[in-house]
Amino acid sequence: MSETLTKLIFGRLTIESFPIHEPIIVMTFIAVAIGGAAVLAALTYFKLWGYLWKEWFTTVDHKRIGIMYMILGIVMLLRGFADAVMMRGQQAMAFGQNEGFLNAHHYDQVFTAHGVIMIFFVAMPLVTGLMNYIVPLQIGARDVSFPFLNNFSFWMTASGVVIVMASLFVGEFARTGWLAFAPLSGLDYSPDVGVDYYIWALQLAGVGTLLSGVNLIATIVKMRAPGMGLMKMPIFTWSALVTNILIVAAFPVLTAVLAMLSLDRYVGTNFFTNTLGGNPMMYVNMIWIWGHPEVYILILPAFGVFSEIVSTFSGKRLFGYTSMVYALLVITILSYLVWLHHFFTMGSGASVNSFFGITTMIISIPTGAKIFNWLFTMYRGRIRYELPMLWAIAFMLTFTIGGMTGVLLAVPPADFVLHNSLFLVAHFHNVIIGGVVFGMFAGINYWFPKAFGFKLDKKWGLVSFWCWFVGFWVAFTPLYVLGLMGITRRLRHFDDPSLQIWFIIAAVGAAIIAVGIAAFLVQIAVSIMNRDKLRDFTGDPWGGRSLEWATSSPPPDYNFAFTPVVHDMDAWYDMKEHKYARPTEGFTAIHMPSNTWAGIVLAGISTVFGLAMVWYIWWLAALSFVAVIGVAIYHTFNYNRDFHIPVEEVIETERQRTADLQAAGV
Amino acid sequence: MSSSVQVPAGASERAYHLAEEHEHEAGSSTMLGFWLYLMSDCLIFAMLFASYGVYSGSTAGGPDAKELFDLPLVALNTAMLLFSSITYGFAMIAAEEGKKAATLRWLAITGVFGLCFLGIEMYEFSHLIHEGAGPQRSAFLSAFFTLVGTHGLHVTFGIVWLTTLMVQVAKHGLGAANMRRLMCLSLFWHFLDVVWIGVFTFVYLLGVL
Repeated sequence: MSETLTKLIFGRLTIESFPIHEPIIVMTFIAVAIGGAAVLAALTYFKLWGYLWKEWFTTVDHKRIGIMYMILGIVMLLRGFADAVMMRGQQAMAFGQNEGFLNAHHYDQVFTAHGVIMIFFVAMPLVTGLMNYIVPLQIGARDVSFPFLNNFSFWMTASGVVIVMASLFVGEFARTGWLAFAPLSGLDYSPDVGVDYYIWALQLAGVGTLLSGVNLIATIVKMRAPGMGLMKMPIFTWSALVTNILIVAAFPVLTAVLAMLSLDRYVGTNFFTNTLGGNPMMYVNMIWIWGHPEVYILILPAFGVFSEIVSTFSGKRLFGYTSMVYALLVITILSYLVWLHHFFTMGSGASVNSFFGITTMIISIPTGAKIFNWLFTMYRGRIRYELPMLWAIAFMLTFTIGGMTGVLLAVPPADFVLHNSLFLVAHFHNVIIGGVVFGMFAGINYWFPKAFGFKLDKKWGLVSFWCWFVGFWVAFTPLYVLGLMGITRRLRHFDDPSLQIWFIIAAVGAAIIAVGIAAFLVQIAVSIMNRDKLRDFTGDPWGGRSLEWATSSPPPDYNFAFTPVVHDMDAWYDMKEHKYARPTEGFTAIHMPSNTWAGIVLAGISTVFGLAMVWYIWWLAALSFVAVIGVAIYHTFNYNRDFHIPVEEVIETERQRTADLQAAGV
Repeated sequence: MSSSVQVPAGASERAYHLAEEHEHEAGSSTMLGFWLYLMSDCLIFAMLFASYGVYSGSTAGGPDAKELFDLPLVALNTAMLLFSSITYGFAMIAAEEGKKAATLRWLAITGVFGLCFLGIEMYEFSHLIHEGAGPQRSAFLSAFFTLVGTHGLHVTFGIVWLTTLMVQVAKHGLGAANMRRLMCLSLFWHFLDVVWIGVFTFVYLLGVL
């Protein structure tokens, strides 16, 4: 075949694109291929494909979509953590003569992939998954406003995951750091496919994130149960509302800046080049205008989780509910006014730096108010040290310290010393692990019984908790120390042997966290095996206060047989106080949205489009683009998107629930 | 949905659920959702406007706005888009009155105006590129082509949507679902008009004056 023809068909994809000379990648590929083949074979053997397709892949049920998000996030946590272990291993070894086990080409991809995966494909799916599952239940709704869009959003996120994972085995990933700063990410310095993988993974996943943001705002605004005014909304729903407002107000910025970077790379424009009027600092500014709100998109839902948990396990109404809501709103607004603190060293002058330094410090006020509110909620409460509460307490200790190092970094003169150092790396892991990750584990332990009808095993949960908590501090305290000594981030090799001990301690910390992750997986496995012993028939295993605990665990497809009416902020607690009797008759057929194939198909074709663009396979890109539009238009010709759950089915489900409640003695 | 709940005064027992289910009107959140989407789209344009603002002087020794822009042509183009907004308004009035044929007619006229707008824009672009003032020439031109081109891309999608919707209205009439879709496209179409007024003012007028 002539070279032009090959180029026409395969773009820049050649046999050399497959990294067969990298033993680590080849081994990983073999492991993934064997594991993947085993899973596929098992699914085929047990004839599960039809079930998965009908009940999960095409589902529009917010609960199932929520669970799929959580699974996606946990799977990607393993990938992102594998990258972390490689970095800690490399840095613990690579001193003096020892070059470590990663070459520079590979190491740079590893730290980029670690950041991208942990933020976009671990934290975001976990946060979105929790909001998806819990919010409609907390507001007494049967689904979200746009159920099909919800399914589509999930699959677009999955599409981004597929593209990132493909970069591991075909070609390479970006070697630019997780924000792909220009001009390094421009065509001149990164001519390979890495940055293109980065761009398309984020663009496709970004579509999903934005649409799910629109969806959840509309849901919270429009679908609340009667009586639930804004100031009677559960605090987690409040945090979800402001989070999704942030998503809708921030992600378009990412879309725009990545589109400009793509134009620079694909068309030859000069937005962020060093020549012809381009300005790389525009890229840095714009991506942080998205990037700073993004970190609040991650942490605010975690704040919501902790608020629910602290209140439930202290047996008290949340202290300072109103101030909690206002703190959320203030943080939302301030998060847009601080982006420049990520690059005080740009040289924008004392006035600009002072403004952004001060706004950054101000954020600690509403955040501090929240910490005090949690403490006052616990004060004189009957605290039960269940797993979610332990995570919440570990969060308060850890996050407060992370917040204080953040205020330190907000001081521009200090930042000039600490910029891009390991101190910064320690700081943001301190708040992201101590805040978001602890929050997600707290949330998983708290709401797992709601989703599956049985509690998670406490013993393995404790192992996981302590390993994470201790492991975090062992891993990141040395990084604070090293940062203060002036060590910069993303280094692959060191000359000064006196530093090695700190990196070895950090690696030990990573190993302890690894045990924590393993214990979490064991916890889930053990809980599934012992599910009959851990079963909860009441639907309210913790003595909860908000509406999700009013229904059965797992909730029926329709969530609530009758739309609940809310009189109090702690709606379910209020119902229990007033000895509310659950209705056992008068059921009617329930109107529900139908499942649809369109989401997964559209996302699948979009994935092909993304990969074709990465590899310059223009014919395939054009074809898949037209196909996406065509399928989307075809889908709009379907006007029958709902059905009724027959009343017999509702009666049978509710009869079972009555029997369960009687058996549980409620 | 948050309809007021009747709690009888002084009653000891509060109602904790609705005894009578009123079905959720299909698509009752669609307008809010679409507004939210439009605002997010507006932010994309905001970023493009901001870039244009920053880069408008970065001509790298190449041609600047004064040399390039042809106001009479842009005025004609603006007229096309403004007319298309009026005709879309007429289509909506016809649709509200249940006149299917008139709705389709006005939609078709809107589409033709849209196509004229795109045609003139493409002529302008090809003319600029021909003169050596393509998007690769300078950051100023990169920002110009991206801002105006993104708007043009939106109009293109609007026309594809409009065509689809015409087929659907022809097939299924002016039922609730189609009225909702017409309203969404109406919002989208007028939104593009508003964005264009921004482009016309900040890019063309300020560039030439």
